[in-house]
Order: sequence, then structure tokens, then C-alpha cells
Amino acid sequence: MSEEFKVEIVNPEKSFLVKDDVSEVVVPAFEGEMGILKDHISIISFLKPGIIKILSKSGDENYYVEDGIVEFKNNNLSILTSTIFNLADMDKSKQQDLLKQAEEEANKTDINDQSKYLADQKVEVLKTLN
Amino acid sequence: MASLDDLKKRIASVKSTQKITKAMKMVAAAKLRRAQESAEKGRPYSEKMNNVILNLSNGISDKENAPKLLSGTGQEKTHLCVVMTSDRGLCGGFNSNIIKKAKSYFAKILDEGKELKIITVGSKGNDQLKRVYGDKIIENISFKESKNANYFDADKVGKMVIEKFEAGEFDVCTIFYNQFKNVITQIPQAQQIIPLNNEEEENSSEESYEFEPDEDEILSNLLPKNISTQIFKAMLENSASEQGSRMSAMDNATRNAGEMVDKLTIEYNRSRQAAITKELIEIISGAESL
Repeated sequence: MSEEFKVEIVNPEKSFLVKDDVSEVVVPAFEGEMGILKDHISIISFLKPGIIKILSKSGDENYYVEDGIVEFKNNNLSILTSTIFNLADMDKSKQQDLLKQAEEEANKTDINDQSKYLADQKVEVLKTLN
Repeated sequence: MASLDDLKKRIASVKSTQKITKAMKMVAAAKLRRAQESAEKGRPYSEKMNNVILNLSNGISDKENAPKLLSGTGQEKTHLCVVMTSDRGLCGGFNSNIIKKAKSYFAKILDEGKELKIITVGSKGNDQLKRVYGDKIIENISFKESKNANYFDADKVGKMVIEKFEAGEFDVCTIFYNQFKNVITQIPQAQQIIPLNNEEEENSSEESYEFEPDEDEILSNLLPKNISTQIFKAMLENSASEQGSRMSAMDNATRNAGEMVDKLTIEYNRSRQAAITKELIEIISGAESL
């Protein structure tokens, strides 16, 4: 029996990625990283800034996301996100830009705790990429 | 009857108008393809979003304490209308159709004695509405600089709407836009986004989900995003509709100009012939009298 399932990543502009030979996906869920294998229970959760790891036979892929929702149902994993970058395409300058933005956001004083937390997360994740 | 010279000038001017409308049609056609593509590509996101929210709201246990964005404030005194139009003219009935739809809705609301607030997106709508409803318009946004509809802009509008909702400035929010059906048909739409209208039949899939964190928290995170998504969808549909509408309007204009050129050319030839005949008669009758 195959241990593969389908993953679909959509952003507002288009369907970003569709893959149906995925063996495992690790998503940065709000309450900690979550690994999803085939026949996982149906789940809805949302994401914090972090790295999505997609493991499949054809090779592993890593994506940086800032927010989103994951829905897993009948071995279909849908990820809805507004900001997503393939780490393979992301060069140093792009990374620096994002980091700068995130730092600016984190240093604002007039934001609430949750956005502050999210901005800190962004900074942290982007720093580890270097 | 106009002189030959006048006719010639008019023919030339109609011809150059025709050239302009033809060029505009071509541009609109090219843009339409792109806009249509991105409207179609954008659909999965909003559909999936809707699905998730539907599942969530079905699964929510405590309906009374549901987030206000979902269940409303419990009254409907103040209505906010977001009217989305284009920034450019010369696109047939595109803008007037939205405005017409919006105006009839406004009239209904005011008749019922409710309060009305308007946000216009796009300068053409603002131009048309400010004459009658100028005092009701609280905000006017225009994205002249951005070439294509993008999520960033939609998010800005969405955040503004949510901010105003949280400040208690309105109870019900409706957006007006043109839904793109095909190049010839665009349907003006009024869509209520706050509180969320769950008119769709309850889908029977009683699939139980696991939620992490709990439903309420996901919902309160998701609903604001959904607002932006719906606005973005409206913007995409609108930009496809705008180009489609402009294309058919310019096509008509080009055809009308062609007809006019034909008519003027016939008139020109007739009067040229008449002038020649007149001259001939004059010469012949002059020769005969000798």
C-alpha cells in the first residue's frame, strides 16, 4: 500500500503547488510544528511564520510561509496562504528584505501581543535561514 | 448641404476616432485575457476558504458566543456599502451598472430608516455617487498606481473594513461589484460579507474535524482573512469585467465609426458628382447660347 497523499498549496493569486506523491509534510502550526502522514485524522489549523517541509519521492522541498490555514481531509492536504516563497528560489537579498520588514514590524510599539509574537517569529525563522 | 471640404474633414476625423477605438479594443482584449486568467486562478483560494469556514461554523458548539463577524452585532441599524468600480472610463455600462444596482439598494436602506455609509473603491464610482450621496461617503480609495488587482490592495480595504467594524461604526457590510460571466455579460452583484451569509445549503458531510487550537480561535483568525479574500475576489472579477465591458464597447464604437465613414463617403461622392454635373450643364448651356 502506498504511503502517499496529495498536497495542494493555494495563494490568493493562483494555485501555487499541487503534488500527489507526498509522503510527509511538516507544517509550522500555531501551537508547534506538526507532521502529517497519510491517513491523518481530519484537521483544521492555522500557521505561524515558519518553514513547510514537503517530503516526497521526487525530492524534498522547503517553503517559507508567513501565515495560512491548513486543512487535511480524506488524504488531501490543502494549505491556504497569502505569503509563500520556495526556499530554493529565495536568494540572500530577498531574504534580507523580508528580515528587515519583519524586524521593523517587531520593533513597532503600538501593536498588540499577537502581532508582536508573529513578527518575532518571522524574525527568528528568517535568521535561522542564513 | 455641407461643402466638399467639410465632408472630407469629417471623414478624416471619424477615421482617426475609429483607429483609436480599435487600438483600445485590442489593448482591452489583451488585458482581458490576463485578467480572466487571474480571476480563474484566484477562484480556488476563495472557494477553499469558504469551505473551511462553512465546516468551521457547522462545527462550532456555542452559537451565541460566535465571533461577531460571523453572527453579526445583533442589530442592523447601520449599513456599510463598499462600491467597487474602475478608475477609468470608456468601458460601456460597466460602472453605471454597478452604480444603478448600488443606488437601488441605498434607496431601500434609506426608506427603511437605516443609516447608510459608503466606501467607494475606484474613482469613477466616487464621481458618480458624490453628487447624490456625497455626505454618506466616508472613504474613497483608488488603486490607480497598481496595474493589476493584487492581494495587497484587497487586504488594505479588508483591514479598513474590519477596523471600522470593530469600532462599531456599522452592523452590516455589503460589497458591490460586477461578476464576470463572459465578454458580453457582466452581472452586477451585491454580496453581504458581514455578517457572513451562510445561505448555502448545509453540506451533509458530517465529517468531524479536529481543531488546533479550538474552533473559536481559528474562526476569529480566519474571518478577517475571509473578508480580504472576498474583496480580492470581487476585485479580480471586477477587473475582468471592466476589460470585457471595454472590449465590447470599443468594438461597437469601431463598428459605428465604420458605418459613419461609409455614409459620409457616399454623401461626399454624391455631392462631388452633383458639382461636376452642375458645371457640365453650365458649360453646355453656355455653348448653346452662342
